[in-house]
Amino acid sequence: MKKVIEILHDIRPEFDFAQSEDFISDGYIDSFDLITLVATLEKEYGVKIRGTEIVPENFLNLDAIKNLLKKYGVSNEI
Amino acid sequence: MKFSYKNKKITGVLAVIPKNFKTFDEEMENYQADKARIKRLKIVMGYEKHHIVEEGVTVSDLAVFGMEYLFKNNLLKPEEISALVLVTESPDHFLPPTSNIIQGRLNLSTDIFCIDINQGCAGYIVGLMEAFSLLEQPDMKKIVLINADILSRKTCKEDRNSYPLVGDAISITIVENFAENVLIQGEIKMDGSRADVLMIPAGGFKMPSTPETAIIREDKDGNRRSLNNLVMQGREVFHFVQTEVPPLIFDLLNRLKITKNDIDWYLFHQPNKFMVEKLAEEMGIPYEKIPSNIVTNFGNASGVTVPLNMTFNLGEKLLNSTFKVCLAGFGVGLTWGSMIIEIGNFNFCKIIDF
Repeated sequence: MKKVIEILHDIRPEFDFAQSEDFISDGYIDSFDLITLVATLEKEYGVKIRGTEIVPENFLNLDAIKNLLKKYGVSNEI
Repeated sequence: MKFSYKNKKITGVLAVIPKNFKTFDEEMENYQADKARIKRLKIVMGYEKHHIVEEGVTVSDLAVFGMEYLFKNNLLKPEEISALVLVTESPDHFLPPTSNIIQGRLNLSTDIFCIDINQGCAGYIVGLMEAFSLLEQPDMKKIVLINADILSRKTCKEDRNSYPLVGDAISITIVENFAENVLIQGEIKMDGSRADVLMIPAGGFKMPSTPETAIIREDKDGNRRSLNNLVMQGREVFHFVQTEVPPLIFDLLNRLKITKNDIDWYLFHQPNKFMVEKLAEEMGIPYEKIPSNIVTNFGNASGVTVPLNMTFNLGEKLLNSTFKVCLAGFGVGLTWGSMIIEIGNFNFCKIIDF
């Protein structure tokens, strides 16, 4: 299972995601990358993220993504 | 607004699709992002190809072609038509109404009532509402509802936010009074405070088209377009659909005292595959009951996606069977609406090439 940071790096290899607290404002991921990220997270972790939760706040940084995944019962290896 | 209509029926649907199409792979070079990112997007969104009219073709050309096909094949007689309702965001001109142009080009009777409605992705619901309302008048025969859009003309080819999903098409739906006791129910909502989420900023009287409005600029996400082009704020549209559409449909099911399992098919507007699948998940509907393949095969032609859904996914089944379906459209305005209706035993249900 890939970790979140590896997934993000696959989508935008040019950025160091560990260094950003706001992926959206810093221009690391745009609205389309967000959709790709959701689809990849769902595949990797076997979850279905609700459409209403696909909002920038839930994908701002690594902590936000991990918190979202925890809501879906994913707590290990993220 | 809640609505209900008694004893009305759809009796035929024809979709007219331009032969000309482009594949997503062919157009990938137009977009400002590396190929790997764009390819991932293609898979998630379901982009494969979209049908686009040739230069110079207008909505009235497609509509006249479709109507003449119906006349030639004895599927509709000119003298049976009481009204012609056109729902489009791409009229031939600001004025006169394109519905009048279609009537004139077909040499139809001056007794026919013609009306244009400016609506987009909820346009099938709005058009059916208008058609059903007209049927309340005395001596009405058949209402011709034409949904039509050629918005590829107004979408920048370098805008990966909008161009890959846009398709051009029209549909012709025949609506009639029906002797049997049937009830059609639905609800529609509108929110003009969010009108800028889907907009063509220039070209109207507020901001006329000028050389300045035609200059292509890049937005913060690297999408390129001018003020003359369609702007779709993708993130806001997605959130709007996911938050507003499921409660609308659940309220409607509750009002009718039926469950989601009582619906045979959910025929929704299809902006992209991902959005439709997320709606299915939110509503607990199996993917099989809510087709999401229109964008993949044709592109999104606004209000045409719902009737195209009927012709492409149900097709000949609608000639000899009936189904209880939930229709839903959502988009420009913002507008979102749904209707539960029994459809089937159509006189025709097919797709033809232009």
